Amino acid sequence: MAQQKEASTFGMWVFLVTEIMMFGGVFVAYMIYRLKYYEGFVAGSTSIDVTWGFINTLVLICSSLTMALAVSAAQRGVVRLQKIFIIFTMALGLVFLVIKGIEYHQKWVEHHVPGGTWQTFDPQDIHQDLIKEGKTPQAATEIAHQTEIFFCFYFAMTGLHALHMIIGLILMTWLLLRVSRREFGPDYYTPVELGGLYWHFVDIVWIYLFPLLYLINRTHGKI
Amino acid sequence: MTEGAHPTHKVYYLVFLALVIGTVLTWRIAFVDLTFFGISFNPEVAVLIACTKATLVILFFMHVRYSSKLTMLTVAAGFFWLLIMISLDLCDYLTRGAVKPL
Repeated sequence: MAQQKEASTFGMWVFLVTEIMMFGGVFVAYMIYRLKYYEGFVAGSTSIDVTWGFINTLVLICSSLTMALAVSAAQRGVVRLQKIFIIFTMALGLVFLVIKGIEYHQKWVEHHVPGGTWQTFDPQDIHQDLIKEGKTPQAATEIAHQTEIFFCFYFAMTGLHALHMIIGLILMTWLLLRVSRREFGPDYYTPVELGGLYWHFVDIVWIYLFPLLYLINRTHGKI
Repeated sequence: MTEGAHPTHKVYYLVFLALVIGTVLTWRIAFVDLTFFGISFNPEVAVLIACTKATLVILFFMHVRYSSKLTMLTVAAGFFWLLIMISLDLCDYLTRGAVKPL
Protein backbone atom coordinates (compact mmCIF):
# COMPACT_ATOMS: atom_id res chain seq x y z
CA MET A 1 0.00 0.00 0.00
CA ALA A 2 2.81 2.39 0.88
CA GLN A 3 4.43 1.73 -2.48
CA GLN A 4 1.13 2.37 -4.28
CA LYS A 5 0.68 5.67 -2.46
CA GLU A 6 4.25 6.63 -3.31
CA ALA A 7 3.66 5.85 -7.01
CA SER A 8 0.39 7.82 -7.02
CA THR A 9 2.02 10.85 -5.37
CA PHE A 10 4.87 10.71 -7.89
CA GLY A 11 2.40 10.52 -10.79
CA MET A 12 0.37 13.44 -9.44
CA TRP A 13 3.50 15.56 -9.11
CA VAL A 14 4.60 14.74 -12.66
CA PHE A 15 1.16 15.94 -13.81
CA LEU A 16 1.47 19.08 -11.68
CA VAL A 17 4.89 19.78 -13.22
CA THR A 18 3.28 19.78 -16.68
CA GLU A 19 0.72 22.23 -15.27
CA ILE A 20 3.55 24.40 -13.92
CA MET A 21 5.07 24.46 -17.41
CA MET A 22 1.73 25.39 -18.99
CA PHE A 23 1.05 28.28 -16.60
CA GLY A 24 4.78 29.15 -16.73
CA GLY A 25 4.56 29.61 -20.50
CA VAL A 26 1.72 32.11 -20.10
CA PHE A 27 3.64 33.92 -17.33
CA VAL A 28 6.73 34.24 -19.58
CA ALA A 29 4.55 35.60 -22.41
CA TYR A 30 3.06 38.08 -19.91
CA MET A 31 6.55 39.24 -18.84
CA ILE A 32 7.73 39.74 -22.43
CA TYR A 33 4.62 41.66 -23.50
CA ARG A 34 4.81 43.78 -20.36
CA LEU A 35 8.31 44.86 -21.39
CA LYS A 36 7.13 45.57 -24.94
CA TYR A 37 3.93 47.49 -24.10
CA TYR A 38 4.92 48.79 -20.68
CA GLU A 39 2.70 51.89 -20.58
CA GLY A 40 -0.34 49.94 -21.78
CA PHE A 41 0.23 47.30 -19.08
CA VAL A 42 0.59 49.97 -16.37
CA ALA A 43 -2.61 51.73 -17.50
CA GLY A 44 -4.56 48.44 -17.75
CA SER A 45 -3.28 46.99 -14.48
CA THR A 46 -3.90 50.14 -12.42
CA SER A 47 -7.51 50.28 -13.68
CA ILE A 48 -8.30 47.02 -11.84
CA ASP A 49 -9.83 47.17 -8.35
CA VAL A 50 -7.27 45.68 -5.92
CA THR A 51 -9.81 45.02 -3.15
CA TRP A 52 -11.56 42.12 -4.90
CA GLY A 53 -8.23 40.52 -5.80
CA PHE A 54 -7.01 40.89 -2.22
CA ILE A 55 -10.19 39.35 -0.77
CA ASN A 56 -9.98 36.51 -3.29
CA THR A 57 -6.37 35.78 -2.27
CA LEU A 58 -7.47 35.47 1.37
CA VAL A 59 -10.43 33.27 0.35
CA LEU A 60 -8.10 30.88 -1.52
CA ILE A 61 -5.59 30.74 1.35
CA CYS A 62 -8.45 29.86 3.73
CA SER A 63 -9.61 27.13 1.32
CA SER A 64 -6.07 25.74 1.25
CA LEU A 65 -6.08 25.53 5.04
CA THR A 66 -9.45 23.72 5.12
CA MET A 67 -8.20 21.36 2.38
CA ALA A 68 -5.06 20.55 4.40
CA LEU A 69 -7.29 19.88 7.43
CA ALA A 70 -9.55 17.65 5.28
CA VAL A 71 -6.54 15.55 4.26
CA SER A 72 -5.51 15.34 7.91
CA ALA A 73 -9.04 14.23 8.86
CA ALA A 74 -8.96 11.58 6.13
CA GLN A 75 -5.64 10.31 7.44
CA ARG A 76 -7.12 9.97 10.91
CA GLY A 77 -10.31 8.45 9.44
CA VAL A 78 -12.72 10.98 10.96
CA VAL A 79 -15.61 10.95 8.45
CA ARG A 80 -17.53 13.91 9.91
CA LEU A 81 -14.52 16.24 9.83
CA GLN A 82 -13.61 15.14 6.29
CA LYS A 83 -17.10 16.07 5.12
CA ILE A 84 -17.12 19.40 6.95
CA PHE A 85 -13.71 20.48 5.69
CA ILE A 86 -14.35 19.40 2.09
CA ILE A 87 -17.66 21.31 2.13
CA PHE A 88 -15.85 24.36 3.57
CA THR A 89 -13.23 24.09 0.82
CA MET A 90 -15.92 23.88 -1.86
CA ALA A 91 -17.84 26.82 -0.37
CA LEU A 92 -14.71 28.98 -0.36
CA GLY A 93 -13.96 27.89 -3.94
CA LEU A 94 -17.46 28.99 -4.93
CA VAL A 95 -17.01 32.33 -3.13
CA PHE A 96 -13.83 32.81 -5.16
CA LEU A 97 -15.65 32.12 -8.45
CA VAL A 98 -18.55 34.44 -7.53
CA ILE A 99 -16.11 37.29 -6.75
CA LYS A 100 -14.32 36.53 -10.03
CA GLY A 101 -17.71 36.78 -11.75
CA ILE A 102 -18.35 40.20 -10.14
CA GLU A 103 -14.95 41.35 -11.39
CA TYR A 104 -15.65 40.06 -14.92
CA HIS A 105 -19.00 41.84 -14.87
CA GLN A 106 -17.28 45.11 -13.89
CA LYS A 107 -14.89 44.68 -16.83
CA TRP A 108 -17.85 44.13 -19.15
CA VAL A 109 -19.62 47.27 -17.88
CA GLU A 110 -16.42 49.32 -18.29
CA HIS A 111 -15.89 47.96 -21.85
CA HIS A 112 -12.57 46.39 -20.83
CA VAL A 113 -13.29 43.01 -22.44
CA PRO A 114 -11.13 42.47 -25.54
CA GLY A 115 -13.42 41.44 -28.35
CA GLY A 116 -11.76 42.01 -31.71
CA THR A 117 -14.42 42.38 -34.38
CA TRP A 118 -17.27 42.50 -31.84
CA GLN A 119 -15.87 45.86 -30.71
CA THR A 120 -16.58 45.26 -27.04
CA PHE A 121 -13.31 47.00 -26.17
CA ASP A 122 -13.64 50.75 -25.62
CA PRO A 123 -11.75 51.87 -22.48
CA GLN A 124 -13.03 55.47 -22.26
CA ASP A 125 -12.25 55.68 -18.52
CA ILE A 126 -8.60 54.67 -19.02
CA HIS A 127 -8.31 57.24 -21.80
CA GLN A 128 -9.64 60.00 -19.53
CA ASP A 129 -7.33 58.96 -16.66
CA LEU A 130 -4.33 59.17 -19.00
CA ILE A 131 -5.34 62.69 -20.11
CA LYS A 132 -5.67 63.68 -16.43
CA GLU A 133 -2.12 62.38 -15.85
CA GLY A 134 -0.94 64.88 -18.47
CA LYS A 135 -0.63 62.67 -21.56
CA THR A 136 -1.42 64.26 -24.94
CA PRO A 137 -4.72 63.09 -26.48
CA GLN A 138 -2.74 61.29 -29.17
CA ALA A 139 -0.53 59.41 -26.66
CA ALA A 140 -3.58 58.64 -24.48
CA THR A 141 -5.40 57.07 -27.45
CA GLU A 142 -2.30 55.01 -28.29
CA ILE A 143 -1.81 53.73 -24.70
CA ALA A 144 -5.53 53.08 -24.14
CA HIS A 145 -5.45 51.01 -27.33
CA GLN A 146 -2.45 49.06 -26.00
CA THR A 147 -4.30 48.09 -22.80
CA GLU A 148 -6.28 45.60 -24.91
CA ILE A 149 -3.24 43.28 -24.94
CA PHE A 150 -3.07 43.54 -21.12
CA PHE A 151 -6.74 42.60 -20.81
CA CYS A 152 -6.21 39.68 -23.22
CA PHE A 153 -3.64 38.35 -20.75
CA TYR A 154 -5.86 39.20 -17.78
CA PHE A 155 -8.76 37.16 -19.13
CA ALA A 156 -6.60 34.32 -20.48
CA MET A 157 -4.74 33.88 -17.19
CA THR A 158 -7.63 34.35 -14.75
CA GLY A 159 -9.88 32.33 -17.08
CA LEU A 160 -7.46 29.40 -17.20
CA HIS A 161 -7.16 29.61 -13.42
CA ALA A 162 -10.97 29.75 -12.99
CA LEU A 163 -11.27 26.66 -15.23
CA HIS A 164 -8.88 24.87 -12.85
CA MET A 165 -11.03 25.98 -9.92
CA ILE A 166 -14.13 24.50 -11.59
CA ILE A 167 -12.27 21.21 -12.22
CA GLY A 168 -11.18 21.33 -8.56
CA LEU A 169 -14.80 21.74 -7.45
CA ILE A 170 -15.81 18.71 -9.55
CA LEU A 171 -12.99 16.71 -7.91
CA MET A 172 -14.19 17.82 -4.46
CA THR A 173 -17.76 16.71 -5.26
CA TRP A 174 -16.40 13.29 -6.24
CA LEU A 175 -14.31 13.12 -3.04
CA LEU A 176 -17.34 14.11 -0.94
CA LEU A 177 -19.29 11.24 -2.50
CA ARG A 178 -16.53 8.76 -1.64
CA VAL A 179 -16.14 10.18 1.87
CA SER A 180 -19.85 9.68 2.54
CA ARG A 181 -19.38 6.02 1.49
CA ARG A 182 -16.73 5.89 4.24
CA GLU A 183 -14.02 4.78 1.82
CA PHE A 184 -11.11 6.60 3.44
CA GLY A 185 -9.19 5.92 6.62
CA PRO A 186 -5.64 5.69 7.94
CA ASP A 187 -4.88 2.81 5.54
CA TYR A 188 -6.17 4.40 2.35
CA TYR A 189 -6.75 8.09 1.70
CA THR A 190 -4.67 8.66 -1.46
CA PRO A 191 -7.50 10.32 -3.48
CA VAL A 192 -8.03 12.96 -0.76
CA GLU A 193 -4.29 13.54 -0.56
CA LEU A 194 -3.96 13.95 -4.36
CA GLY A 195 -7.11 16.10 -4.60
CA GLY A 196 -5.46 18.26 -1.93
CA LEU A 197 -2.28 18.54 -4.01
CA TYR A 198 -4.33 19.75 -6.98
CA TRP A 199 -6.24 22.29 -4.87
CA HIS A 200 -3.04 23.69 -3.33
CA PHE A 201 -1.47 23.94 -6.79
CA VAL A 202 -4.38 26.08 -8.02
CA ASP A 203 -3.88 28.24 -4.90
CA ILE A 204 -0.18 28.68 -5.77
CA VAL A 205 -1.06 29.85 -9.30
CA TRP A 206 -3.29 32.54 -7.77
CA ILE A 207 -0.50 33.52 -5.34
CA TYR A 208 1.49 34.54 -8.45
CA LEU A 209 -1.44 35.92 -10.47
CA PHE A 210 -2.52 38.37 -7.77
CA PRO A 211 0.72 40.42 -7.60
CA LEU A 212 1.49 40.14 -11.32
CA LEU A 213 -1.93 41.28 -12.57
CA TYR A 214 -3.09 43.57 -9.76
CA LEU A 215 -0.07 44.94 -7.93
CA ILE A 216 3.30 45.33 -9.65
CA ASN A 217 2.41 48.43 -11.68
CA ARG A 218 0.89 50.53 -8.91
CA THR A 219 3.83 52.90 -8.40
CA HIS A 220 4.36 53.65 -12.13
CA GLY A 221 8.10 53.07 -11.76
CA LYS A 222 10.49 52.41 -14.61
CA ILE A 223 11.00 48.80 -15.63
CA MET B 1 11.50 11.65 9.60
CA THR B 2 9.00 9.00 8.63
CA GLU B 3 7.84 9.01 5.04
CA GLY B 4 4.19 9.91 4.49
CA ALA B 5 3.98 11.55 7.90
CA HIS B 6 1.93 14.71 8.12
CA PRO B 7 2.60 17.93 10.02
CA THR B 8 0.65 18.74 13.16
CA HIS B 9 -2.31 21.12 13.03
CA LYS B 10 -0.21 23.73 14.81
CA VAL B 11 2.11 23.78 11.75
CA TYR B 12 -0.90 24.21 9.43
CA TYR B 13 -2.21 27.19 11.41
CA LEU B 14 1.26 28.79 11.56
CA VAL B 15 1.69 28.41 7.78
CA PHE B 16 -1.80 29.84 7.28
CA LEU B 17 -0.89 32.83 9.46
CA ALA B 18 2.34 33.37 7.49
CA LEU B 19 0.38 33.26 4.20
CA VAL B 20 -2.12 35.87 5.44
CA ILE B 21 0.73 38.12 6.63
CA GLY B 22 2.46 37.69 3.26
CA THR B 23 -0.75 38.62 1.40
CA VAL B 24 -1.27 41.79 3.47
CA LEU B 25 2.41 42.67 3.09
CA THR B 26 2.45 42.26 -0.71
CA TRP B 27 -0.74 44.37 -0.95
CA ARG B 28 0.56 47.21 1.26
CA ILE B 29 4.07 47.30 -0.21
CA ALA B 30 2.73 47.51 -3.78
CA PHE B 31 1.71 51.12 -3.10
CA VAL B 32 5.13 52.10 -1.71
CA ASP B 33 7.53 53.37 -4.37
CA LEU B 34 10.64 51.18 -4.06
CA THR B 35 12.77 52.99 -6.64
CA PHE B 36 16.50 52.81 -5.94
CA PHE B 37 19.24 53.87 -8.39
CA GLY B 38 16.51 54.76 -10.89
CA ILE B 39 15.12 51.20 -10.94
CA SER B 40 11.77 50.24 -9.42
CA PHE B 41 12.12 47.11 -7.32
CA ASN B 42 8.37 46.69 -6.78
CA PRO B 43 7.99 43.72 -9.17
CA GLU B 44 11.02 41.97 -7.67
CA VAL B 45 9.71 42.36 -4.11
CA ALA B 46 6.22 41.19 -5.17
CA VAL B 47 7.62 38.07 -6.87
CA LEU B 48 9.91 37.39 -3.89
CA ILE B 49 6.96 37.45 -1.48
CA ALA B 50 4.93 35.25 -3.88
CA CYS B 51 7.81 32.73 -4.08
CA THR B 52 8.06 32.63 -0.27
CA LYS B 53 4.31 31.98 0.02
CA ALA B 54 4.41 29.31 -2.70
CA THR B 55 7.35 27.58 -0.98
CA LEU B 56 5.41 27.46 2.31
CA VAL B 57 2.38 25.93 0.56
CA ILE B 58 4.51 23.35 -1.27
CA LEU B 59 6.58 22.32 1.76
CA PHE B 60 3.82 22.10 4.37
CA PHE B 61 0.32 22.04 2.82
CA MET B 62 1.50 19.78 -0.01
CA HIS B 63 3.63 17.72 2.43
CA VAL B 64 6.78 17.83 0.29
CA ARG B 65 8.79 18.51 3.46
CA TYR B 66 7.56 15.13 4.74
CA SER B 67 7.74 13.23 1.44
CA SER B 68 10.23 10.84 -0.08
CA LYS B 69 13.38 12.02 -1.84
CA LEU B 70 11.83 11.01 -5.19
CA THR B 71 8.93 13.44 -4.67
CA MET B 72 11.28 16.22 -3.55
CA LEU B 73 13.45 15.67 -6.62
CA THR B 74 10.41 15.72 -8.95
CA VAL B 75 9.21 19.02 -7.52
CA ALA B 76 12.68 20.57 -7.61
CA ALA B 77 13.22 19.38 -11.20
CA GLY B 78 9.89 20.91 -12.24
CA PHE B 79 10.77 24.33 -10.90
CA PHE B 80 14.33 24.07 -12.25
CA TRP B 81 12.91 23.45 -15.73
CA LEU B 82 10.58 26.43 -15.30
CA LEU B 83 13.62 28.60 -14.47
CA ILE B 84 15.40 27.33 -17.60
CA MET B 85 12.36 28.26 -19.69
CA ILE B 86 12.10 31.76 -18.17
CA SER B 87 15.82 32.56 -18.36
CA LEU B 88 16.41 31.27 -21.89
CA ASP B 89 13.27 33.02 -23.22
CA LEU B 90 14.35 36.30 -21.63
CA CYS B 91 17.92 35.83 -22.94
CA ASP B 92 16.37 35.77 -26.39
CA TYR B 93 13.86 38.61 -26.12
CA LEU B 94 15.95 41.01 -24.01
CA THR B 95 18.97 40.85 -26.35
CA ARG B 96 17.15 41.13 -29.67
CA GLY B 97 18.65 43.93 -31.72
CA ALA B 98 21.62 44.16 -29.35
CA VAL B 99 23.87 42.26 -31.74
CA LYS B 100 24.29 43.62 -35.24
CA PRO B 101 23.96 40.95 -37.95
CA LEU B 102 27.10 40.32 -39.98
